[in-house]
Amino acid sequence: MTNEIVYDATVGRPLLDDAKMSMRGVNVFYADKQAIHSVDLDIGKNQVIALIGPSGCGKSTFLRSLNRMNDTIDICRVEGHLMLEGQDIYDPKLDVVPLRARVGMVFQKPNPFPKSIYDNVAYGPRIHGLASRRIDLDEIVESSLQKAGLWNEVKDRLHAPGTGLSGGQQQRLCIARTIAVSPEVILMDEPCSALDPIATAKVEELIAELSQNITIAIVTHSMQQAARVSERTAYFHMGHLVEVNDTEKVFTNPEHPLTEAYITGRFG
Amino acid sequence: MKTIDLVNKNLAKRYRKEKLFRAYGLASIGFGLLCLVLLFSDIIGKGYKAFVQTNIQIEVNFDAGYLGITDTTNTEQMFAANFEGLVKKSLREMFLIKKRSDKRLAYSLVSTDSGYQLHDLLVANPAWLGTTKKVWLLADDDLDTYYKSVDNLNGAFTGRMQEQQLVWIKNLLDNDALQLQFNMNFFNLGDSTEPELAGIRAALMGSLFTLMVTMVLSFPVGVAAAIYLEEYAPRNRFTDIIEVNINNLAAVPSIIFGLLGAAIFLGFFGMHRSLPLVGGLVLTLMTLPTIIITSRAAIKAVPPSIREAAMSIGASKMQVVLHHVLPLAMPGMLTGAIIGLAQALGETAPLLLIGMVAFIVDIPSGVTDPATALPVQIYLWSDRPERSFAELTSAAIMVLLGVLIVMNALAVLLRKKLERRW
Ligand SMILES: Nc1ncnc2c1ncn2[C@@H]1O[C@H](COP(=O)(O)OP(=O)(O)O)[C@@H](O)[C@H]1O
Ligand SMILES: [Mg+2]
Repeated sequence: MTNEIVYDATVGRPLLDDAKMSMRGVNVFYADKQAIHSVDLDIGKNQVIALIGPSGCGKSTFLRSLNRMNDTIDICRVEGHLMLEGQDIYDPKLDVVPLRARVGMVFQKPNPFPKSIYDNVAYGPRIHGLASRRIDLDEIVESSLQKAGLWNEVKDRLHAPGTGLSGGQQQRLCIARTIAVSPEVILMDEPCSALDPIATAKVEELIAELSQNITIAIVTHSMQQAARVSERTAYFHMGHLVEVNDTEKVFTNPEHPLTEAYITGRFG
Repeated sequence: MKTIDLVNKNLAKRYRKEKLFRAYGLASIGFGLLCLVLLFSDIIGKGYKAFVQTNIQIEVNFDAGYLGITDTTNTEQMFAANFEGLVKKSLREMFLIKKRSDKRLAYSLVSTDSGYQLHDLLVANPAWLGTTKKVWLLADDDLDTYYKSVDNLNGAFTGRMQEQQLVWIKNLLDNDALQLQFNMNFFNLGDSTEPELAGIRAALMGSLFTLMVTMVLSFPVGVAAAIYLEEYAPRNRFTDIIEVNINNLAAVPSIIFGLLGAAIFLGFFGMHRSLPLVGGLVLTLMTLPTIIITSRAAIKAVPPSIREAAMSIGASKMQVVLHHVLPLAMPGMLTGAIIGLAQALGETAPLLLIGMVAFIVDIPSGVTDPATALPVQIYLWSDRPERSFAELTSAAIMVLLGVLIVMNALAVLLRKKLERRW
């Protein structure tokens, strides 16, 4: 039944006045197969936006096009305008290295480097030359771990391997590693799906804190999580952006029948 | 019937199959081990005697007058002295030789090098000048073969021995004047036509210099090629062709690389024959595909999540490769390199074609000194008629296998050391 629905323009309020990132007419292809169909969406400054939808609907694809991580996939092609504070991030003259420093990413499976906890966090500042002296670097490492809520747990073993931490700690280490380069936007692709409920709660708490001065886009398959952490929610369906609204509205009073079907658990 | 009963019924069959499967595995391993044991016992059985050599005790009068030496520190006098004559004189006296034809027979019991041995003994013991001493001299290889087989059940191997010589030898045996001593020459000397004076050192050094050239060239070039192909090269028809060709190159018989090397390095670049430098270049051509293939596999095995992590915080392509991919792939790359080098070490055919098959007496001291290599030396010795060379051949094989084992152990150690287990 859902197959026959014609995908019109996105319902709800996809556009904002004070957008940190604005995407217009975004199409993403894997070779000939289109994974994202003309998406218009604004991401508000220092807001948390949740991207939800059935698996395979293109959430990760869309998210990864926001910091050009899709560049690494040969067959992937992105069309449209994707702007970060008015700057086209697919401008051929734009360097992806500083872009990715500004738009960081946290992945589904915690992926710390096989290095010490300290070196994991210090890696970004080192390659970007953010600290010239050792104490400056120490400072950045400490404050990043503080912000990631991990400092107290690891301060006595900063030089132990990062991969020796528990799954939840590893994910917070990855977040610390990302915020160590002071990104303006953090993209999170199902950051809690490999974590237990307690670790998940910690990461969610962290998201709330970080969003005070960082813009966050989070893909999640947990509607409770979307409801807990986000201010706005975007619902994707088969590559189309179906509905965007304030989170509360999406979960209490969805406008589109597909959104309603999804949040009431009719498919997912 | 309940499901659980069905499962139980099948269980017995499954266990039986599993047992059979394990038995196949064990049988294969057993067969492999058996072959190995046979190989080693054959080689060691044949070769261990080459590590000792028969020496013969002779009474020598270091007559200052006969030798014409007044001062043993005077190298000119020492050099001019007729030590060879002294050996012959001592032999004549020892065997009470009267007949002219017996002289040659007596002389041929000791190594042709005996004069030098006496010289060296006198240099080491200046006080012996003017005294009579019993000294141990290296026996000739015929006597060596005879003495080593003297306890054989079906009689000693006499070979070219003459009646008269056997009488003397009996005499020597009765007087305990024959003895096996450690074969220093085998480890210290180069090739020789005399088995008792033939050593492995020239070939060993030749192999080491050759491998050094191979390693210095093929490892960095191979790793760089692997990194380019794996990380930078676009996927298109051109790189597909390159890929297929690299895989084909790895399967090309080594003699073809020898021909290629001879044509390019000797023919076109006009390099000299028999040099470890040229051998190393040829073996580099041969080893490169192996190193490229194993290095690419090692790079592919680096988890993509690590790459993504580095890229997502803004590492450039080169930083991703240098900081993350390379360290993680290094153990695999080194293992591949050492396997490639071990193959190169055992390679004979290409070296024959670039002339590393010469008769090398002098120990090479660099990559531009004429040299031969271990497997070539084995090949050369295996072709010689003297029985002692058969022994030496097996001993040289043991040395080659020893070097191989050391290299493989090194590979394991390096991998253990570099591997990150966290
Ligand atoms: N690397 C890829 N190559 C080809 N197709 C891909 C690739 N990644 C994702 N896709 C396809 O794109 C569509 C969207 O995938 P994805 O963005 O991973 O969905 P989601 O994250 O919402 O589960 C799917 O149909 C998937 O098969
Ligand atoms: Mg996904």
